[in-house]
Amino acid sequence: MAGGFGGGAAQAQILLDISSARQRARQSFWVTFALIWLAILAGLVVAFATTDNIDVDWIGTWAPLILSGAGITILVCVLSIILATFLALVGALGRLSAHPIPYAVASFYVSLVRGTPLIVQIYIIFFSLPQISKVLILPAIAAGVIALGFNYGAYMTEIFRAGIQAVPRGQAEAAAALGMTEGHIFRRIVLPQAVRIVTPAIGNEFIAMIKDSALVSLIGVQEVLWRAETAGRPTLHTLEAFIIAALVFWGLTIVFSFFQGRLEQRMARGDR
Amino acid sequence: MTEQHLPDLGERPALVSSGYESGTKLPRHIGEPIVKVQALEKYFGDNHVLRGVDLEVRKREAVMIIGRSGSGKTTLLRCINFLEEPTVGSVEIDGLKLEADPLRARSRRHQEQIRQMRLRAGMLFQEFNLFPHMSVIGNCIEAPRRVLGQSGEHATERAQYYLEVVGLTDKRDEYPARLSGGQKQRVAIARALCMEPKVLLFDEPTSALDPELIGEVLRVMEDLAHSGTTMIVVTHEMHFAQEAADRVVFMEDGLIVEQGPPEQVLNDPRHEETTHFLRRFLDR
Repeated sequence: MAGGFGGGAAQAQILLDISSARQRARQSFWVTFALIWLAILAGLVVAFATTDNIDVDWIGTWAPLILSGAGITILVCVLSIILATFLALVGALGRLSAHPIPYAVASFYVSLVRGTPLIVQIYIIFFSLPQISKVLILPAIAAGVIALGFNYGAYMTEIFRAGIQAVPRGQAEAAAALGMTEGHIFRRIVLPQAVRIVTPAIGNEFIAMIKDSALVSLIGVQEVLWRAETAGRPTLHTLEAFIIAALVFWGLTIVFSFFQGRLEQRMARGDR
Repeated sequence: MTEQHLPDLGERPALVSSGYESGTKLPRHIGEPIVKVQALEKYFGDNHVLRGVDLEVRKREAVMIIGRSGSGKTTLLRCINFLEEPTVGSVEIDGLKLEADPLRARSRRHQEQIRQMRLRAGMLFQEFNLFPHMSVIGNCIEAPRRVLGQSGEHATERAQYYLEVVGLTDKRDEYPARLSGGQKQRVAIARALCMEPKVLLFDEPTSALDPELIGEVLRVMEDLAHSGTTMIVVTHEMHFAQEAADRVVFMEDGLIVEQGPPEQVLNDPRHEETTHFLRRFLDR
C-alpha cells in the first residue's frame, strides 16, 4: 500500500482530500435538494394564501377531524393487505398448479378482478350483494376491506407467481434430491426465498393501496377523504378540505416508503 | 479426514456386468453391486439422449463418467435418482428397484418411490444449490431433521462431523453468500453426507468453480473415494479420474462405449471414439 509517488504521507493526504471532496459534493447535492423542495412548497403555500381563499380558522376547526381519519385509512389498508396476501398466495399456487381445476379457478379470479374497475367491485360488494340476501349486508369497513383485499389479491397473485418462479429450479431439485416431499420443499425452501423476492413489490402494492383506499369513502367508510368531504362540502371549504386530505395521503405514503426503503436495505444486507 | 482402511476382499474374477473386462480381476476393495441401471433410455421430445445404458456400481466403488457434452452423461446421472424420469428401463439402488413409468410419473405412489430412491442417493450439482436462506449448519440439518426425523441435537452432531470431513467446521454459522465456490460445494457434500446415502452422485461438481478453487473440492472427493464411499461422478477432470477412479466410463451418443480401470480407458483406450475424445480433450 505504500505510496508510489512522493511517499506514503503525501498519498494519504491526496486520498483524504478526494474523499472529503466527495463528501462535500454529496452534502451540497442534498442541501440543494431540500432547498428546492422547500421553495416549491413555500411557493404553493404563498400562491394559495394570496388568493385569499384559505380560511385559517376553518382549518383550525376541522383539520383535526380530517387528520384523525388517517387511523381508519391505515386500518383498512392493513386489513386489506393481509387479506390480499393470503389470496395472492393461494392464487399463485393455483396459477402454478399443473392441475386444471385450481389453475382455472385462479385464472378466473385474476381475470375477473383485473378486468373490472375497483370502484365497481366496491359497489357490488357493498350495495349489490345485499339484494341477494340480508346475510350479505356488510358494515362499510368490512365491505371496503373485502373489495380492496380481493382486488389487490388478484394483482399480487401475479407478483407471487413470478416470485415463486424466480426461485432457481436448482433449489427445488437439491431439496428433492435430499428426499424432501413437495409440500416440504415449497414451505421450507421455495416460499421463504420467494417471499424475499416479492417483499419490495408488496411494499409498492401497499403504498398504492393507501391511495386507492380513498375509494371506500364512497360507501361511507369514515376515512380521510370521507371526512374531508363531509367537513368541506356543506361549509363550502373544499379547497382546504381536499388539500388537507391530499397532504395526509402524501404523508402516509412518504412514511411507508421510508420504512420500505429500510426494509429493502436490511434484506439486501442479509445473506443473499 | 481420518483415512479409513479399505477392506481387502481378495481376488475375484470380473463378470461382464461389473464393467471390468472379463478375465480381469475386480478391484480388491469393492463389494457387492449396490446400483444397477438396466436398459435405460431417455427421450427429450424427439431427442434420444440415452439409448440403452446398463451400469452396475459396487459398494465402495468410485465410477467416473466422461464424455463430451451432449453424450448423455449428466442425463444418466439425473435419471439414476429420477430428477429426470427415464423413458424406458429401471434403476435399482440398495435393493429398491424402480421402473421408468413416464405415463404415471406424477402419481403419488411413483413419487413416493422416487423419494425413497433419493434417500439412498446423495446428489451434488454443478451450481451447488445450497439453500441461501439457511446457514451452513441449517443446510446440513434440514433434511435429516425433517425427512429422517432426527432430533436437532443428533442432526447437529452428525452435521458437525461431516463439516469436519470437508474441513469447514469454522463456517458452520455462515450463510452461503459468504462462502467461496469451493467452500459452497464442500458444504453441499457435507449436506449430502448427512443423509448417509448409499451412493453419492456428482454432476460436474467443479465445472462452475474458479480454477484455483477446484483443488479443494477434488481433494475432498478423493478422500471420500479412498475411504470407501460409493460414488458416481460425471467429470471433465481427467487427472482426478486417473487418481481417484476405480473405473472410468466413457459415454458417447447416449451409450457406454468403453469402461474399465482408469489406466486402461485413459491411457490405453481400446475404442477409436475414446481415443478421439481424449486427444481432443487434451489438446484444448
